[in-house]
Amino acid sequence: MKQILITPKLCLGCRSCELACAVEHSLSKELFAAVIKKEQPTARIFVETDGVINLPLQCRHCQDPACVNACMSGALQRKPTTGMVVADQNKCVGCWMCVMACPFGAIAQDPEYKVINKCDRCPDLDQPACTVACPTGAVKFVEVSRFSQERRKQYLTSFAEEE
Amino acid sequence: MWETDKTIDKAAQQMLKITAADGVATVWDRYEAQQPQCGFGSLGICCRNCLQGPCRINPFGEPKRGVCGADADTIVARNLLRSLAGGTAAHVDHAYEAVEALEKIATGDIDYVIKDENKLIATARQVGIETDGKDSKGVAKEVAQKALETLSGHEGEMGWLSAWAPKERVDVWRQLGVIPRGADREIREAMHQTSMGVDADPTNLLLAGVKQGLVDGYAGLKLATDIQDIIFGMPQPVKSEANLGVLNAEYVNVVVHGHVPLLSEKVLEWCRKLEDEAKAAGARGINVAGICCTGNEVLMRQGVPPATNFLGQELALATGAVDLMVVDVQCILPSVTNVAQCYHGDIVTTMPIAKVPGADHIPFSLEEADQQAEKIVRQSIESYKKRGSTPVHIPDERALIFAGFSVEAIIGALSKVNAEDPLKPLVDNIKAGNILGAVATVGCNNVKVKQDMMHVELVKELIANNVLVIATGCSAHALGKAGLLHPDATNNLAGNGLKAVLTAVGEAAGLGGPLPPVLHMGSCVDNSRIGDLLTALAGYMGVNIKDLPVAASAPEPQHEKALSIGTWAVALGVFTHLGLPPHILGSKAVTGTLTDKVEDLLGGKFYVESDPAKAAAGIIRHIKDKRHALGL
Repeated sequence: MKQILITPKLCLGCRSCELACAVEHSLSKELFAAVIKKEQPTARIFVETDGVINLPLQCRHCQDPACVNACMSGALQRKPTTGMVVADQNKCVGCWMCVMACPFGAIAQDPEYKVINKCDRCPDLDQPACTVACPTGAVKFVEVSRFSQERRKQYLTSFAEEE
Repeated sequence: MWETDKTIDKAAQQMLKITAADGVATVWDRYEAQQPQCGFGSLGICCRNCLQGPCRINPFGEPKRGVCGADADTIVARNLLRSLAGGTAAHVDHAYEAVEALEKIATGDIDYVIKDENKLIATARQVGIETDGKDSKGVAKEVAQKALETLSGHEGEMGWLSAWAPKERVDVWRQLGVIPRGADREIREAMHQTSMGVDADPTNLLLAGVKQGLVDGYAGLKLATDIQDIIFGMPQPVKSEANLGVLNAEYVNVVVHGHVPLLSEKVLEWCRKLEDEAKAAGARGINVAGICCTGNEVLMRQGVPPATNFLGQELALATGAVDLMVVDVQCILPSVTNVAQCYHGDIVTTMPIAKVPGADHIPFSLEEADQQAEKIVRQSIESYKKRGSTPVHIPDERALIFAGFSVEAIIGALSKVNAEDPLKPLVDNIKAGNILGAVATVGCNNVKVKQDMMHVELVKELIANNVLVIATGCSAHALGKAGLLHPDATNNLAGNGLKAVLTAVGEAAGLGGPLPPVLHMGSCVDNSRIGDLLTALAGYMGVNIKDLPVAASAPEPQHEKALSIGTWAVALGVFTHLGLPPHILGSKAVTGTLTDKVEDLLGGKFYVESDPAKAAAGIIRHIKDKRHALGL
C-alpha cells in the first residue's frame, strides 16, 4: 500500500505542499478561486526546518496511533480496511489530547470550528495534493517497499564509492 | 488527439506529431514538465528583492508579511511595477534603436534612407519643429533630437506624449501626477521605487505603474512606429499568406524572428540581391518568412509572409526546411538552437543583449548593416547546401491574408467613400449601429491557452456581432492563420451590418469585394496605430476616448510587454480584456483596483475572462453600455 514518504534532503522549503494541501481542502479546490473568495482553508502538512534540514511532515497514519488512543470522544478512528487515521470533526470536542499525544505534531487546529484538522490523504484524489505539488520529489506517494528499495540502492552506491 | 488540445493551428498540430515522434521537446512539453507551477508565484506573493528573502505570503494564513514587513498588497504591487518596467524597457529600447538610426541617417553615417518624407514632416510639425526651408536630413536630425529628449530627458513632461495625447487625457494624467518625464528616468525610478525599503504603498506603486504604461505608449510604441514609418515607409494594404505552408522546400528559406525591423529589412534586401547565388546552389531562389513582430514589420511594408506566431517558432524549425533563422530581440525561445540541431538550419543571433548558446552570433551594427545582412544571407545559402537528406515536412497549410492597415491606409480607403471627410462614413455607421463598436486584439500566445484559440473564438464572436476588429502582433498572426484577415471571412462570418459597411468601403477602394473583418495594423509597437485611430475617432466625434464604444483585448498574453501595453490602454480610458490573469491575484487591493476602482480615475479598467464566449459577451456588454451613454 502506498504511503506519503519524505526525502528531507530534497526539500527546498518552498512550501508548495502546504499551499496545495490548503487548496485541496478549500470549498472551490482551486487556488485563484479560493483566494478571490477569501476562503481560509488550512494546510495539514507542515514544513519545519532547523536551518539545515527541511522536513515536510503530516499525519503518518500510524498502525497503533497514539492520537486515537488518546481521543475520548471517538472522533479519531483508525479504519482497518484502509489503514487511515480519520477525524470526524462533528465528534471532536476540542480537548486537544490528540495534539499532546501525537509524537510528530501532525495534528492542527481548524481555527474556525475549534476542532482538529489533520491529513485525510485527499480522499477525492488518486495522489495526495502535497505529493503532486512537490517540485523536487521530496514528498512522494509510493509503496513502502519501493521507497526502501531505492534507499538501499542509494546506500549501496555511497557504500561502493566509499570502498 | 492530444495535439488538438495544444493548438487549433492545423499546421502546428501536424508538426507536434513529428516533434513528439522524434522525441524533440517543445514549449508544450516543457510547460507540462513545469507542472505544478508555484502557487506563490502565480499569485504574485513572493518577493526576492532583497537578500533577506526570498519571502512568501501565505494567502490562507500566517505569515502575512515578509521579513521587511511588506504585506501581500505591497509585494504584488511592487512585482507588478517591476514587470511593467520590464515591458516598457523592451519597447523603449526598441524605439531607441530606430531613433539612433534616424540620427545617423541625418548625419549620413549609414546606408539607410528616409522612405516617407511626408511622415517625417508631419511628425516634425507635431512635435513642434519648424520645417520650412529645411532639407529632410536637417528635419530628421531635429526629429531625432526631440525623440532623444523623450527617451532620456530628465525634466518636464515627455515631449512625444505632449505632442500626441488628447488634451483631456493629459489633464487627467496631470491631476494624478503620472505624466512621465524622459523614459529612461521613469524606468530607472521604477526600479528604485521597487527596491528594498523604498515604496510600500500599493496605490502609489500602481500609479507609478500607470506612468510606465504611458512611457511605453508614447516613448515606446508611438515613437518606434513613427520613426520606423519614416525610415521604412508607411504600410499600405498588401496581400500575403500566413502559416508554415509559406516555407518552400525548393527554396533557401530564411526566417526573420524577433521585433526590430532595422536588420530584417536589410536581410530581405540582401535575399533579393543574392537570389542568383541561391539558384547557383541549386535552389529556386530565396524565400523569406517572418515570425513574431519583426515578421509583422516586414509583412506590413514588404508583404513578407508570416510563417507562424510565438508558440510555433520551434515548429517552423522542425519542418527541416528553415535554412537559417535570424533573430534580434524579444520572444525568442532559447530552445530554438536545440530544435535546429535536431533537424536542420542555423540560428543567428545579432544583438549584443540577445545571445543564445549554440547559435552563431553575427553582431549587428547600423554602420555595417549591409555587410552583416549579406553575410547572414550567404550563410543561409551555405546552410541550404548542407540540408542534404534532412527530411522536410512542410504542412500544406497557408491562408490568404491582407495586411498593411496603417491609420493612413485605413483613412485612404475611407476617403474613397468620402474624400472630404473620410472618417464620416465610419462614424456614421457606428452611430447608425451597423458597426456596433471596435475592438483591438493584440499580444501574444501563451502556452497556458490552446494556441490561437482565444484569439480566434473571441474575434469570431465579435465580428458576428458587428464589432469591427483591428489586430496587431501574434494576435494578428493567429487571426491570419485562421482566415480572418481575408474578405471571405467578412462574407461568411461577419454580421450583416458590418458586412455591408466593409463591402461598401472595400468596393469603393477598388478591392472588388469587402475589406477583411479584421484589419491587421502591424507589430506590437504598432499598437500605437490603434491609439492614433482612437484619438482621431474621439476627436472627430467630439467625445473622449473613454466614452467610445471600443475595447482592447490581449486574449493570450505572455510577455511583460503585454502588461505595459495594456496599462497604457487602460490609461487611455480603454476597457481592456485579458484572457488570463497576471500574477496579481494574491492581493485583493491590487486586483480590485485594476479591475474596478481604476475606472473612476482613468475611464478604463482591466477585465479578466478566460472563456472566449463569456469574454465576447462581456466586451459587447461594455460596448453597448458606452453606446447607451452616448445616446446611440
